[in-house]
Amino acid sequence: MMHLKETELCLGLGLPGSCEQTDTALKATGKRGFSETVDLMLNLQTKDQSSSVDMNDKKLQSSTKNNKDLTKPPAKAQVVGWPPVRNYRKNVMAQKSNTEETEKAVAGGGSAASFVKVSMDGAPYLRKVDLKLYESYQQLSDALAKMFSSFTMGNYGSQGMIDFMNESKLMDLLNSSEYVPSYEDKDGDWMLVGDVPWQMFVDSCKRLRIMKGSDAIGLAPRAMEKCKNRS
Amino acid sequence: MSKRLISGADQVLENVLENVLIFLTSRRDRNAVSLVCKSWCRAEAHTRSDLFIGNCYAVAPRRVTDRFKRLRSVYLKGKPRFADFSLMPADWGAHFTPWVYVMAGAYRALEKISLKRMLVTDDDLAVIAKSFKGFKELVLVCCEGFGARGLGVIATECRNLRVLELNEDEVLEDEFDWISCFPSDCTTSLESLCFDCLESPVNFEALEKLVARSPLLKKLRLNRHVSIQQLYRLTSLAPQLTDLGTGAFGLQDIIDPQQPAYQEPDHGHTFAACKSIVCLSGFRDLAHEYLPAIFPICANLTSLNLSYAHVDAQQLKSVIRHCHKLRIFWTLDSICDEGLQAVANACTDLRELRVFPTDPSENAEGPVSETGLLAVSLGCRKLQSILYFCQQMTNAAVIAMSNNCPDLEVFRLCIIGRYRPDWVTGQPMDEGFGAIVKNCKKLTRLAVSGLLTDRAFSYIGQYGKLVRTLSVAFAADGDTGLKYVLEGCTNLQKLEIRDSPFGDSGLQSGLHHFYNMRFVWLSSCRVTKQGCLEVARRLPKLVVEVFRRDEEDGGERGDFVNTLYMYRSLDGPRADAPQFVKIL
Repeated sequence: MMHLKETELCLGLGLPGSCEQTDTALKATGKRGFSETVDLMLNLQTKDQSSSVDMNDKKLQSSTKNNKDLTKPPAKAQVVGWPPVRNYRKNVMAQKSNTEETEKAVAGGGSAASFVKVSMDGAPYLRKVDLKLYESYQQLSDALAKMFSSFTMGNYGSQGMIDFMNESKLMDLLNSSEYVPSYEDKDGDWMLVGDVPWQMFVDSCKRLRIMKGSDAIGLAPRAMEKCKNRS
Repeated sequence: MSKRLISGADQVLENVLENVLIFLTSRRDRNAVSLVCKSWCRAEAHTRSDLFIGNCYAVAPRRVTDRFKRLRSVYLKGKPRFADFSLMPADWGAHFTPWVYVMAGAYRALEKISLKRMLVTDDDLAVIAKSFKGFKELVLVCCEGFGARGLGVIATECRNLRVLELNEDEVLEDEFDWISCFPSDCTTSLESLCFDCLESPVNFEALEKLVARSPLLKKLRLNRHVSIQQLYRLTSLAPQLTDLGTGAFGLQDIIDPQQPAYQEPDHGHTFAACKSIVCLSGFRDLAHEYLPAIFPICANLTSLNLSYAHVDAQQLKSVIRHCHKLRIFWTLDSICDEGLQAVANACTDLRELRVFPTDPSENAEGPVSETGLLAVSLGCRKLQSILYFCQQMTNAAVIAMSNNCPDLEVFRLCIIGRYRPDWVTGQPMDEGFGAIVKNCKKLTRLAVSGLLTDRAFSYIGQYGKLVRTLSVAFAADGDTGLKYVLEGCTNLQKLEIRDSPFGDSGLQSGLHHFYNMRFVWLSSCRVTKQGCLEVARRLPKLVVEVFRRDEEDGGERGDFVNTLYMYRSLDGPRADAPQFVKIL
C-alpha cells in the first residue's frame, strides 16, 4: 500500500522518476563525506547538468513541468484511481521508469552509454548499469540497492557513501558484514567506490563488485591514501 | 427443493433430456432451459459441468452445491472492477475460503477453478490441492492473498495439472521455491504455465528442467527476472510453444561458474526454433537492440502485447510491418500517432486494440490523439474492441470510428484530462459517444470520458439497447443522465459510475431494473443515505452496501454516501462484511 502511495505522489508531479532525481540531487550536494570534494563536485555537477541538458531535453521539459504542476490549483492534484489504469500496471511501470525512460533519453541524445557489469557476492546473477544515467554516488547507490533488493545491503544504502575522511568510521564499516561497493579502474586496480569525484569515477570505472566489508579491507588503505594525497 | 417422487415415464423423459442437454454448453442457453419447468431444471442441473458465478455474493456456496451435483469447472468473480483502481477498501471481502471448503465436500471430480478479483489464501490453495484428486486447471486473475507457498502445494499435489495461470495477481513475496515442487521424476501434463506477474525470481535451473520434461507445454509466460539468455535456453527446449511471455527480454547476465569467459548467445536465433508462436507478450525490461530477434515470428502472430515496454514509433514500425495476421495488439502510447498509423497500415485484420498511457498524469504530453484513432479506424475496419487512453480527442474522430468500424462491441475511450471537451470545437463529447451507440449496433460495453452533458446519456439510453456494461467517470449535468440510462438500456448488467452528479431521483428510476443487473456502483456521486435506504426497502433481495474507501465508519461523506455498491442476492446480505461496510 505504501509503495503505491509513493508512486501516486510521484506521478502527480510530473514524469515518473523526475521528483526522485531532484531529491537525490539535493542529498548529494549535502553529503558530508565529500567535504573535500564537494566544491569540486559542485563545479563538476553544474558542468554535468549543462551537458545533460543538451542530451536530455526531455528531462529538462519534465523538470519545468514539475514546477508548473506545483503551482497548479489543488483541483488538478492527483485523483485516486484516475485515470483507470490498474494498480498492477501502475506499479510495474513505476518500477521501470527510472531505468528505461532515462535509458531512452540517453540513447536518443546520441551520447554513448557507459555500461559496466555489477556483481554482488552471493547473488546468482549479474546486472549491468549505465553509469551515465546517474549524476552522483547517491543516485548510483539507490539504483544498486533497488537492483539487488532481494539481497540485503545492510545499512550501506541509508548511510550513503563512505566517509573516507573518518578513518575509524571507515574501518568499522569494513570490519562489519555490511556490503560495500568496489570497482575496477582503468589500471586494473580494485578500489573502493567513492574515493574520487563522480565524473572521474564514471570515466575510469570498468566494472563494479559489491562485496562484504570484511573482504574489502585490503582496498581501504589505498583509498585513504588517495584521499590524503588530494587534501 | 422438495424431493418429489416422479413417475417412471417422467423419469425416462428426464433421462432423455439429460442426454440432450449434455451437448448444451452456452450458459445463457442453459439458464433458459432451467426456467422451462422443474423437470427441465433438474435435468439441466444434473448435466451442467461448467458453472459461472459473476458475483460471489449473489449466492451462497451451499445453494450451489445443492443444485449442481456434477461440476467439473467453476468460474467465480469477486470484487467489482473499480477495486483495481484503489476505489475499494482493502478488507472489503470476496473470500474464496468458504467456497473452497464447501466445494471440497461436494465435488470430488472438480477439475478446473478460475477466480477473478478474489481473496485466495495459501490454505485455500492447499485445500484445492488435497481435495480434488484429478485437478487440472487453476486460473487466478487479479487475485491476492496467496504466496509462492500455496503455489508449491499445488505443484506438489496436483499430478494431473495441465494449466497454472497467474494473471496480474498480487502474489506475496515469500521467496519460496515453488517451481522445484513439481514432481521431478516424470514428464508433466503441463500445457500452460503463466507467472509473468510474479515479483520474485524463480529458480531457473528448476524451471529449465520442468520445461524440458513438459512436452505438452504450449503456453509459457515468464516473469521479468528471466533474462533473454535464459529465455533462449527455454525456447530451445520447447519449440512447440504457441504462446510465449518473454520475461525481461533484456539485459540480465548470468554468472555461469562453468564459463568464466561469458559469451552472449546469438539472439537472432532465439526464436528460430519456435515456428508455432502465435501469441507474444512480456518485454518487461526490454533492451531495444534485441527487438529484431522477434522479426522471424512476426508473420505468424495473432496476438502481440508490447504494453510493458517503451517502444517508440520507429522501433514499432520495424516490428509491426511484418504482423499481417495480427488480431490483438496491446501497446503503450509511446508508439505515438505515427506508430498507430503503422498499425493501421499493416494490421488490416485487427480485432482488438489497447493503448495504455506511459504517463498517466493529467497534464502530460499526449503522444497519441484523435489522429491515431482516426488512422486506426480507417485501417482496421474489422475492429471489435478498443481501449484508448489519450489526453485529447475530437468528436469527429470518434464519429469516424463509429462509421468505419461497425463491428465494434467494446468501445472504451479514456480522455485522461477530466471534463475535457472536443479540443477543436470546444463542444462536449456528446456527439462522438452518441454516434458510437447509434452506429455500432453490436455494442455491448461502453466507457465514456471527457466533457459530457445529459445529452450523451440520452443517446446512450436511446440507442444502447445491447449495452451490458457501462463505465462513467466525471460526467454529466445532473440526475437526468442516470435516468436516461436506467430507463433506456434494457440489457444493462453492470453499471459503474464515479464522481458524477447523479442523485437519489436518478437512482430511483432504476428500481424496475436492478434485479436484472449484476451490480451497480456509484462512488462520489450525490446519492444520500435516505435514497439508498429507499432502494433497499423497495427491493428486499438487493444487497445495498454503503462504505467509504478510507474505511471510516458510516460510509457517509457529508450529506452524500461515499460509495454505494448494490447487487442482487438469493441468500441475503453476506455474513463476512467488515465493520465499515453498512448493509442497509
